[in-house]
Amino acid sequence: MSNYEAVIGLEVHVELKTHTKLFCGCSTEFGKEPNTQVCPVCLGLPGSTGVLNKKVVELAVKAGLVLNCKIGTYTWFDRKNYYYPDLPKGFQISQVFRPIAYKGYLDIDINGQNKRINITRAHIEEDPGKLIHSGGSIMTSHYSYVDYNRSGMPLIEIVSEPEIHSGEEAGAYLEKLKANLEYAGVSDVKMEQGSLRCDANVSVRPVGTTALGTKTEIKNMNSFRAVQRAIEYEVERQIEVLEDGDRVIQETRGWDENRGITLSMRNKENPDYRCFIEHELPPIELTPEWIADVKGTIPELPDARRKRLVEEHGLPDYDAGVITSSLALAEFFDAALKKYPDAKTISNWIMGELLRLLNARNMELSEAKITPDGLAALLELIEKGSISNKMGKEVFEVMFEEGKDPGQIVKEKGLSQISDEGQLSRIIDEVIAKNPKSVADFQSGKKQAVGFLVGQVMKATKGQANPGVVNAMLREKLAQ
Amino acid sequence: MQLFRLTAHELHDLLVKKEISAEELNLAVFDRVEAVDDKVKAYVTLTKERALEQARSVDRQIHSGEKISPLAGIPVAVKDNICTDGILTTACSKMLANFVPPYSATVVKRLDGAGATMVGKANLDEFAMGSSTENSAFFVTHNPWDTERVPGGSSGGSAAAVAAGEAICSLGSDTGGSIRLPASFCGVVGLKPTYGAVSRYGLIAFASSLDQIGPFSKDVTDCAMMLKVISGHDPLDSTSAKYSVPDYTGFLRNDVRGLKIGVPQEYIAEGINPAVREVIEKALARLEALGAHVEYTTLPHTEYALSTYYLIAPAEASSNLARYDGVRYGFRAQNTDDVIDMFMKTRSEAFGPEVKRRIMLGTYALSAGYYDAYYLKALRVRTLIKQDFDRAFEKYDLLISPVCPTTAFRIGEKTDDPLEMYLSDVCTISINLAGIPGMSIPCGFAQGMPVGLQLMGRHFDEATLLRAAYTFEQNTDYHKAVPEL
Repeated sequence: MSNYEAVIGLEVHVELKTHTKLFCGCSTEFGKEPNTQVCPVCLGLPGSTGVLNKKVVELAVKAGLVLNCKIGTYTWFDRKNYYYPDLPKGFQISQVFRPIAYKGYLDIDINGQNKRINITRAHIEEDPGKLIHSGGSIMTSHYSYVDYNRSGMPLIEIVSEPEIHSGEEAGAYLEKLKANLEYAGVSDVKMEQGSLRCDANVSVRPVGTTALGTKTEIKNMNSFRAVQRAIEYEVERQIEVLEDGDRVIQETRGWDENRGITLSMRNKENPDYRCFIEHELPPIELTPEWIADVKGTIPELPDARRKRLVEEHGLPDYDAGVITSSLALAEFFDAALKKYPDAKTISNWIMGELLRLLNARNMELSEAKITPDGLAALLELIEKGSISNKMGKEVFEVMFEEGKDPGQIVKEKGLSQISDEGQLSRIIDEVIAKNPKSVADFQSGKKQAVGFLVGQVMKATKGQANPGVVNAMLREKLAQ
Repeated sequence: MQLFRLTAHELHDLLVKKEISAEELNLAVFDRVEAVDDKVKAYVTLTKERALEQARSVDRQIHSGEKISPLAGIPVAVKDNICTDGILTTACSKMLANFVPPYSATVVKRLDGAGATMVGKANLDEFAMGSSTENSAFFVTHNPWDTERVPGGSSGGSAAAVAAGEAICSLGSDTGGSIRLPASFCGVVGLKPTYGAVSRYGLIAFASSLDQIGPFSKDVTDCAMMLKVISGHDPLDSTSAKYSVPDYTGFLRNDVRGLKIGVPQEYIAEGINPAVREVIEKALARLEALGAHVEYTTLPHTEYALSTYYLIAPAEASSNLARYDGVRYGFRAQNTDDVIDMFMKTRSEAFGPEVKRRIMLGTYALSAGYYDAYYLKALRVRTLIKQDFDRAFEKYDLLISPVCPTTAFRIGEKTDDPLEMYLSDVCTISINLAGIPGMSIPCGFAQGMPVGLQLMGRHFDEATLLRAAYTFEQNTDYHKAVPEL
């Protein structure tokens, strides 16, 4: 390892799952025609004034609670002033001086070790609109389009302490953050749709020192994997800069996914946002009772669920961790378990086949056709010996793609397994007759010779014979 | 009978008795506009067709025997920083010279709902920044009492329109005195309601924590009628208070006996024009004679009000006016290099000097390193100023002062000296900082120009202001004087 330590803080923007925007009644639906979900308020037209969406406060408090934050009972909004064409009022309404949630943490697992990452704050703010440039950037484009559908969408910005020391830790922190917010129903947390965005502040310093090095802010990462890679690249880059005797420049750098590098976007020398209180909105005053009520609506969180899977269903901790990392997966598991009460077998299939196919096809569980009931039915067929484990995998893939009933797939594909001893006996006798050498080997003590003979039976039945039954029958016959 | 000389409540009686029609009334007012607006220049946009349509609708109501509301058919002028759906709303700035809002302010909807007709949009100092209406990007409004003089500002068009008979009532906005000062200079009644009493939705923001819409009228009864219509909670404006709006006309009693009135000595200090002082003292004596207890009192932080105001208001303005960047609506500079250049040229070319001055003041006050020393300190002094009033209102039902140390000054007299101009607001700005209601009523003349008496009350106690104002009015004739044009 090098003589440098990476110091990383993450700023995560999460879009809250509300039907309407932060300060107006416009719809928050994703993917609509540009500038169709706008009104005087989210366009910042002269004279317009906004009104706080109550649901946002509820979701922000929920988010704060699942990030183990303290909740401010008296907070307010402030204006962050800057000019940009996607910002219709020339200021962003945010919570600068008093965030609604502060002093939280998330515990992550690094190589089986627990590590706590502290969270500085989580505050409510409005999203600006979205720019689409005709050229590379706003300064080089001949023209740019701006879509204000996103303007005024409710966000929480979650700021971690600079306590993350590697890309891997950043990835684990993001996974945990995403899972907790998803479980709490606060956000869709989909990075591809922009409902979760992450910027990383990265600096390096010599091991053993405490002063922070000059940081760069890394943007434009479109997946957790990209965040991890970008951080790893940037840490290496900064170390090289320092090793060459240069100094790191404080700037914003963009992640280029294709080239796998970060590139300078603009120098950022502490912009002055001239923040001050937003007088057009009253302060947010919350009672401890109301906060307790919100707390009461939070469902079981990933850590608790993971513990439950281990303690109640005897799953290995690793399995439980994977399954509970996403709410959809955990619900799939629970539903399948209701129909087929063998937790480990279900877990094996989820971790093996289901995740393999999802990853291979880059799909979300909700896009796959297989249902928990279907998986349970498949496992019953295997248990009864109607099909082999290997055939099961084939059937699983069809269920994944087409969502059919496993029994029907087995029938259509002629996949049923031969376990009938009468039917098998004749075939086994033939194999014994054709392979005197193996028989002799077995009888002279080379017990592994039976494997070859089982293989021959499987070949003769085109794989449909139940190998367990064949094995037992062969041993019995050869012992005679 | 010159209909444009009458008050809304007098005209209402005539309408109900079918002695006049609303259309006839509106045509009379538009004739008046035609006759005198060349001299007064109160309006930047006239909305005659809209007004006549509204009037005919009121006439149909009357004809079919329906009961009409007190403002039905009454011609009202609206300050041009209040948004009107489909009608130019310019804030009298080059920046918004072509801006047609797709929505109406809540107060406009309420006036429409009450059947009031809109004569047009009245002139103002650009973005309501000024005390004389000389900062309008279009033209200066002239005082109907002496067209060589200013009407006051920033709601100069609204005040002059009512004084000149070019509207029966009007709406203005008041951030530091912008209703009361022109009311005083033009000899009409003007009220800045309690902050939060009237919805600000659709009012082009200058300083959000100070701005408040209020009415101009010829007498106190009309003022109460207008206030009743425009007041009340608006779910679209978070700063509008949830309270039940009283029937303000019910408080109009000719009786101030036992009313405890305090006169803050700081408001009649040196610098006040002796003739104005004499008029004010006479008015106070009149109220005393009518049975009120009048005594001098003190608002000790008054001397800091002006500097406090000129930190807070520009700070908020610098942010509120940031949206005018040429991207979405309004003016956009041509032949620019890139987006930054477009922002800069747009703002440089389309804002007038006073607006730029305040944006710079405010930007400076909010800048890193200066925020604590200026903006934050100003907020603290604002609290002290509020506390002055709280203490005074423990003892008094009402405070009274002049609206301005002088009467209307000559056009051009103060344009070269912004500080001198700012001093016009020395008696009115504390009221905005404290958020309390303030009112100007005609109380006499000094050298032929009207003088306004300022009444200040407790939060949401417009009732006491109206009662005292009504009593004074019932026992004097100043409100009946009209300028000859």
